[in-house]
Amino acid sequence: MNNMYFIFKRELASYFTTPLAYVFIVIFLVMSGIFTFDMGAFYERGQADLSPFFGFHPWLYLFMIPAIAMGLWADERKTGTIELLMTLPVKLSDMVLGKYLAAWVLCGVALGLTVPIWFTVNYLGDPDNGVIFAAYLGSWLMAGGFLAIGSCMSAMTRNSIIAFIMTVAICFVFVACGTEIVLNAFAWAPQFLVDAIAGLSFLTHFDSISKGVLDIRDILFFIVFIASWLFASAIVIEIKKAN
Amino acid sequence: MIEISHLTKKFDSFTAVDDLSFTVKEGEVLGFLGPNGAGKSTTMKVITGFLSPSSGKVSVDGHDIAEDPIAVKSLIGYLPEGAPSYPDMTTLDFLNFVAEIRGFTGEEKQRRIDKVIDDVELRSVCHKTIDTLSKGFKRRVGLAQAILHDPKVLILDEPTDGLDPNQKHHVRNLIRNLAKDKIVIISTHILEEVSAVCSRAIIIAGGRILADGTPKELESRSNYHGAVSITLSEDFDLRAALADDADVRDIEQVDEQAHRYILLPVSGKQLFAKVSEKSQNGHWPVTEFHLVEGLLEDYFRHVTQDSALVSAVQSKADTSSTTVQQG
Repeated sequence: MNNMYFIFKRELASYFTTPLAYVFIVIFLVMSGIFTFDMGAFYERGQADLSPFFGFHPWLYLFMIPAIAMGLWADERKTGTIELLMTLPVKLSDMVLGKYLAAWVLCGVALGLTVPIWFTVNYLGDPDNGVIFAAYLGSWLMAGGFLAIGSCMSAMTRNSIIAFIMTVAICFVFVACGTEIVLNAFAWAPQFLVDAIAGLSFLTHFDSISKGVLDIRDILFFIVFIASWLFASAIVIEIKKAN
Repeated sequence: MIEISHLTKKFDSFTAVDDLSFTVKEGEVLGFLGPNGAGKSTTMKVITGFLSPSSGKVSVDGHDIAEDPIAVKSLIGYLPEGAPSYPDMTTLDFLNFVAEIRGFTGEEKQRRIDKVIDDVELRSVCHKTIDTLSKGFKRRVGLAQAILHDPKVLILDEPTDGLDPNQKHHVRNLIRNLAKDKIVIISTHILEEVSAVCSRAIIIAGGRILADGTPKELESRSNYHGAVSITLSEDFDLRAALADDADVRDIEQVDEQAHRYILLPVSGKQLFAKVSEKSQNGHWPVTEFHLVEGLLEDYFRHVTQDSALVSAVQSKADTSSTTVQQG
């Protein structure tokens, strides 16, 4: 447990000693601004809520999160520090979790810095702050889902660009399978199959959380999803570490 | 004590380490010699728990690496090949991280970091990021990280690679000082290092042990053991003068201009006294005359390149394997 914290601390510090964290945060804030105010027509809608802001998050994360996740393990393999790390008296689970949590906290920081937008709607109108809080939580959970996929993909290769592309591709599947287009394409299939496909999508679960419905099943989905991909990461690291 | 029994490590069809068995006791400094791709690094990676063996057992101080990897890892200090460390951290941050992982806190942590910084002479680069350090400093940071917790077992993969002669000397002294009641395993292909630091040497090639002994013993197996080097001031027919000497196996002319020769003895015979006497009686124009110690390098080449010997060792084992040179 302590070791997990030390790994977490080292990882998080390394994000901030390199420009990575700052670049990520700035681009994230600029992009969410553009999506919300310009494409999301925040003012024109005349509604005191943040749904244009949160509505774009899955698509924003699709490219932003893999950029954070790609280096998680690929860089360790590339610099050879994986050998150093794995010969220290640390359990593999502590390494996987420590690194993952550091990246997840970075996402949380970036998300947290969008809070002025929350103040803005409160200044302009009278939004349901409970819903907004739930949406923030849902968004962070969804970021965690993207990250967990990224952790596993990063463990597969020593090339972080390949890790990035694979992560985007797989995340895209998990986002897209909740869209109308994909679900309509499965119109021939029995309803339970369509539900199952929709149930695998981040969109389905994120949408319901961001409407303020904190259903335990949606939260559980993200938690199980994250745990499974992290478990897969550990297995992949164990298998691929020697290459 | 490190006990390795019947250790085999395969990568797909390639056998990097092939049925290796040996033990190392406290106080021994074991030099691991071998050509590139011999299996030195792979063996070290298995002992340190980075790779798991395909078959066989490794135990350190009674802890089996497969059953209790964390216990083994806490006993070992390891400098991996190329001394990897996190490039974006400063030396101090990096050592701090390793100290925390090794379970040190507060004053104890501070004391250990300070000591290791002095031992490896890193004071001047404490606050520089490792990225910006020279190769020699990077290597020393790696070494510092390995000895920080005063480990019982120290495993160093090519610790002096890329260091300048002064730094090499320094690191060797450091290893010698550390070695008391520890187990030290170093791999190297600098053979003088083995004579300088190690109390025991193992030569491996193709994942098998070809020779095991003290550096002196291995030297004595060299062709050059007991040979005599002689330098003459002018042309002189040395071969004729020694033609009747049955103890001289061969005469090698090392340097034509300087008339320097090496006389190789028939194995087990001593040449020095005899040739010395002859040269005086025969009034040879000798300018220099000395005994050649066995050459480890010569023995190393002999053992690792002699295909007959390698295949003899290999045929002893019942499993057939392909020995491919790994980069």
